[in-house]
Amino acid sequence: MTWRRSSTALLAAVPVAVLAVFFVYPVVGMVGRGFVVDGRFAPDDVLAVLARPRTLRVLWFTVWSAGLATLVCVLAGVPLAWALHRLSFPGRRLLRGLVLVPFVLPTVVVGVAFGQLLAPAGWLGFLHLQGTAVAIVLALAFFNVSVVVRTVGSFWEDLDVRREEAAAALGATPWQVLRTVTLPTLLPGVVGAATVVFLFCSTSFGVVLTMGGLRYANVETEIYLLTTQELDLRGAAALSVLQLLVLTALLALAHLTGRAVPVDRVRARPRRPRRGDLLALGWSALVVAALLLPMLALVVRSLATAGGGWTLEHYRALGHVSAALPASALTGLSNSAQIALVATALSMLLGVAVAGLVTRPGGGRWRSVLDGAFMLPLGVSAVTLGFGFLVTLDHPPLDLRASPWLVPIAQAMVALPLVVRTVAPVLRAVDDRQRQAAASLGAGPLRVLLTVDLAVAWRPLLAAAGFAFAVSLGEFGATSFVVRETTPTLPVLIYRLISRPDAGDVGTALAASVVLAVATALVMLCVERVRP
Amino acid sequence: MRRILLLLVPLAALSGCAFSGGGEDAPKTVTLVTHDSWAMDKGVIAAFEKKTGYRVRTVASGDAGALVNKLVLTKSDPIGDAVYGIDNTFASRAVDAGVLADHTASLPTSAEAFRPSGEAAQQLTPIDYGDVCMNVDNAWYTAHHQTPPATLDDLTKPAYKDQLVVPGPPTSSPGLAFLLTTIAAKGDAWPTYWKALLANGLKVDSGWTEAYETDFTAGGGKGDRPIVLSYASSIPDTIAKGGTTPTTSALLDTCFRQVEYAGVLKGAEHPKIAAELVDFMLTNAFQKQLPSQMYVYPAVTTTALPTEWARWAKVATKPYAIPAEEIAQERTTWLRQWRDLATQ
Amino acid sequence: MTLQVVDLSVRFGDTLAVDDVDLEVADGQVLAVLGPSGCGKSTLLRAVAGLEQPATGTVSWDGADLARVPVHRRGFALMFQDGQLFAGQSVARNVGYPLRIRHRPRAETARTVTELLELVGLPGYGDRLPTTLSGGERQRVALARALAVRPRLLLLDEPLSSLDVGLRERLAGDLREILRAAGTTALYVTHDHEEAFTVADTMAVMRAGRLVQAGTLADVWRHPADADTARFLGYATVLDAGAAALLGVPGTVALRRSALRLEDDGDLTGVVVSTRSTPEQQRLVVDLDEVGRLEAVAARDRAVAVGERVRLRLDTSRVAVVTGP
Repeated sequence: MTWRRSSTALLAAVPVAVLAVFFVYPVVGMVGRGFVVDGRFAPDDVLAVLARPRTLRVLWFTVWSAGLATLVCVLAGVPLAWALHRLSFPGRRLLRGLVLVPFVLPTVVVGVAFGQLLAPAGWLGFLHLQGTAVAIVLALAFFNVSVVVRTVGSFWEDLDVRREEAAAALGATPWQVLRTVTLPTLLPGVVGAATVVFLFCSTSFGVVLTMGGLRYANVETEIYLLTTQELDLRGAAALSVLQLLVLTALLALAHLTGRAVPVDRVRARPRRPRRGDLLALGWSALVVAALLLPMLALVVRSLATAGGGWTLEHYRALGHVSAALPASALTGLSNSAQIALVATALSMLLGVAVAGLVTRPGGGRWRSVLDGAFMLPLGVSAVTLGFGFLVTLDHPPLDLRASPWLVPIAQAMVALPLVVRTVAPVLRAVDDRQRQAAASLGAGPLRVLLTVDLAVAWRPLLAAAGFAFAVSLGEFGATSFVVRETTPTLPVLIYRLISRPDAGDVGTALAASVVLAVATALVMLCVERVRP
Repeated sequence: MRRILLLLVPLAALSGCAFSGGGEDAPKTVTLVTHDSWAMDKGVIAAFEKKTGYRVRTVASGDAGALVNKLVLTKSDPIGDAVYGIDNTFASRAVDAGVLADHTASLPTSAEAFRPSGEAAQQLTPIDYGDVCMNVDNAWYTAHHQTPPATLDDLTKPAYKDQLVVPGPPTSSPGLAFLLTTIAAKGDAWPTYWKALLANGLKVDSGWTEAYETDFTAGGGKGDRPIVLSYASSIPDTIAKGGTTPTTSALLDTCFRQVEYAGVLKGAEHPKIAAELVDFMLTNAFQKQLPSQMYVYPAVTTTALPTEWARWAKVATKPYAIPAEEIAQERTTWLRQWRDLATQ
Repeated sequence: MTLQVVDLSVRFGDTLAVDDVDLEVADGQVLAVLGPSGCGKSTLLRAVAGLEQPATGTVSWDGADLARVPVHRRGFALMFQDGQLFAGQSVARNVGYPLRIRHRPRAETARTVTELLELVGLPGYGDRLPTTLSGGERQRVALARALAVRPRLLLLDEPLSSLDVGLRERLAGDLREILRAAGTTALYVTHDHEEAFTVADTMAVMRAGRLVQAGTLADVWRHPADADTARFLGYATVLDAGAAALLGVPGTVALRRSALRLEDDGDLTGVVVSTRSTPEQQRLVVDLDEVGRLEAVAARDRAVAVGERVRLRLDTSRVAVVTGP
């Protein structure tokens, strides 16, 4: 018994230690520099920053743009999740893969793609959205719809369809079934997804910078500007603390509303679409079209010459090592894949352990705290984390600044909350008696996790792994701070290429983005294939 | 389920090869911290490596501003030996924060004009320069039977409404250069000038790429704005394939000169080699690659330029300038003022 | 007020889950659809409910084709094996659900819920949560919910099979009473013939998607359509015409375990192969002369030894004549 308890503690200790070393320590190190002025602890100065009128404006924009984008994501994503996870029609697996692509596209690239679309001469120029806040919200939604589709979709897939059938047979119209049965059961999934999306949107940095044309600033871009341009660490620290406070409040809120209803997980056979599905299907088709449009613009641009003709030149350039770059785009893709594999393995090992801990019945309040703690990386500026790595992990025994492990670790920290969020609801639904049965047969906590929980959850786990892999593949923010010149990732190379004042390099960057998108879609397709 | 675990193990092992393969932590490596736009012919670098026996590792660290701030934040334990890419708008910050060791290369006479003033003169060696100017799409103006603007004041005229796009001062180094241009040109009245620009439909993008590649009519994105803030050296790029003349030109009365420096970092592991690297950047082999690699003009102005540069990429005769000390002192104030004026 | 199913087939890919089935349930009657698992009986029920699209055939009510009537407009109610109660809602809210979605006045809903909970034997359970109930209680709540709107047809999909034997027997009896009291027409799918006999008025036997037999309980009981049906109905042995003739009965016959009884003045003879004692009687296996090994019973107080030669009598009320092959 003692042994069992201590091995549970061990299970908890590893992820907590990793979080402490690779997240809390760097962030505290960075934020601490803002609080300490000339060796003196000066919190008043930091508070003064919060009283600046600009800070309030920035905060307000952050909240409403992220809130609106989250709403758009939920409205667009939930019907799509249903169509892609509950209906069976040809091409549905392909679509599931495609829908995830925007999530991993580098923000700069999406900026250019949206620019193409929304520019007055672009396909959607007549909407006059270029440079507006609406464009920012749309771009944020474009990035994050897949989070809703995947999270809600895998949740939905496992809901027992017979409960809805029973309601329908009792006379509930499809709308009433949706409102009274489906949505309440789905709520934890939707709330979970919306929380993540809101966090992503409110900490989004590239999108707001590229789409907003500097007319709009959110907390994240403000931290970026204050840190990298003005070296105003006090201001950056103030905003980072604000971010953490908002995040904590949000998590507490999500915890209250998203309390899981016990659910029987019976995998439903996806059914063929019926006439009654037309409305939802039409809406889903519209959402898919909206997601594909920028991607299409990207492909078109990657194939276009400056003179208006067509060329494969940009794709041919992918194999070349140009002077501007430490490696060719193809090498970058291979680096990205290898680093993402390690990051995926790390985030899965940690994430499953955390999910196992937070879903284990009993244990009380500290579990919610643990659950929340592992969401923190989502809500903290990549700039703060990246600089934090540089200023804290620079002396033994943690002299990791030049270590090749720092990149996958940074990526794993970003992917970890997603893994926990995907896996935890599934484990929560595992009948605890099965765990007790296993324990009574002599299985330790780890064994129980492996033989009982994972046996039920391996499909969502695989989905989580695919998701984590895709996130790592596309991660740019934190990566750009710690990446090594010898093994640059593809998003880093794309960013370098696109920033160069040469049309050919931009073309190559877009071609590389298309390759990254295709690679991601392929990975997701493989995951879909493995899932039965 | 156990299969998944079994899968993960070889995957992790497999990925290890990307990690162990680097070997960059081996001794005899000199680390050069640069901005993201760093590019240099591999052969040129190889020549230096052969001569010294040290491998050159570069660490790209964001734009010029982020680069300097990173150095300031890590000065107790520097992330490299030498730095390239600190420009005249950030030089004072680096010098004042004490991130640099004393070292300057012996400058050829033709580069003397770029030598920084004050304390910086002991620490920073000018390597190259570039002129940030308005570029206009002459082809567009011809097609629309209009005359392109020529001066800063022209840009606020109704004839040029909704025609100008610039990268933002807080997020891009040419953007900051333009802000300094207006401050140098208009003095304390610069906010009034910017208000007039904004009222005349100025579009502010986050970076050069968005401005030039998306919004500029002569850029890859076929945008709708025929005036863009870019470099004087952007002009030769608009010579069409098979053509002989560029379709754009730079307004040489609107330029701000950016000078980029190199230096040795204080606390460097290999200060001697770092100094050699800085010196090497002034050799002809390095200097003559600058235009094609990084789109900048060699500080050693006697260096031969590519033909189309010599012909089309003219530099300003009287660029705007502001002393580095004043920039260092006022930058934050100016940027904050600008942000309050231009952003929401 | 009749449910009619004509030529109904349901196809899943290449397999016919329901193959050309015809059925009729008259007003106030309970029809049990009996069959082994996987025989298509649940699919048949789902097709009647409108949850599966028929490949061919029609489901109609009082002569009106229901093909274009969606599930929620059929006026049926469906109850699953595991109840499918709404876990977040109290018992009363579960039972009142069909009334709420029809916007019935609150007072009426509350009254109906109370009545129904009494009917199913759970008075005062209204405020409980489904998770606090036992399996049998949950099924009673599910039944009350299904009855709340007085459905013209109640569809029950193995409603008792997740319960243990004693409870199942008791609930089956209760179910019968409740359905009678409410005058409900019902289609009752089960794999348990005793349950079917307890609850239903008429019976349909399904196997491999096809309807093998339909009729009153007595009909099916006395005349199973074929040997497999007889075995499924609990008959221990089926004898072909030749063997049956030796026992003095015509045609193919199915014997219950207790059809042969050890009686000292019986007209059949055989040798005891094995004996086993149960609380009520002794179970024997007897090697009947010329016929072979058959099961038989003996009174508890009659001493029987293995190898003993005994006389037996055939109880014809425990023999069914199999009509088909």
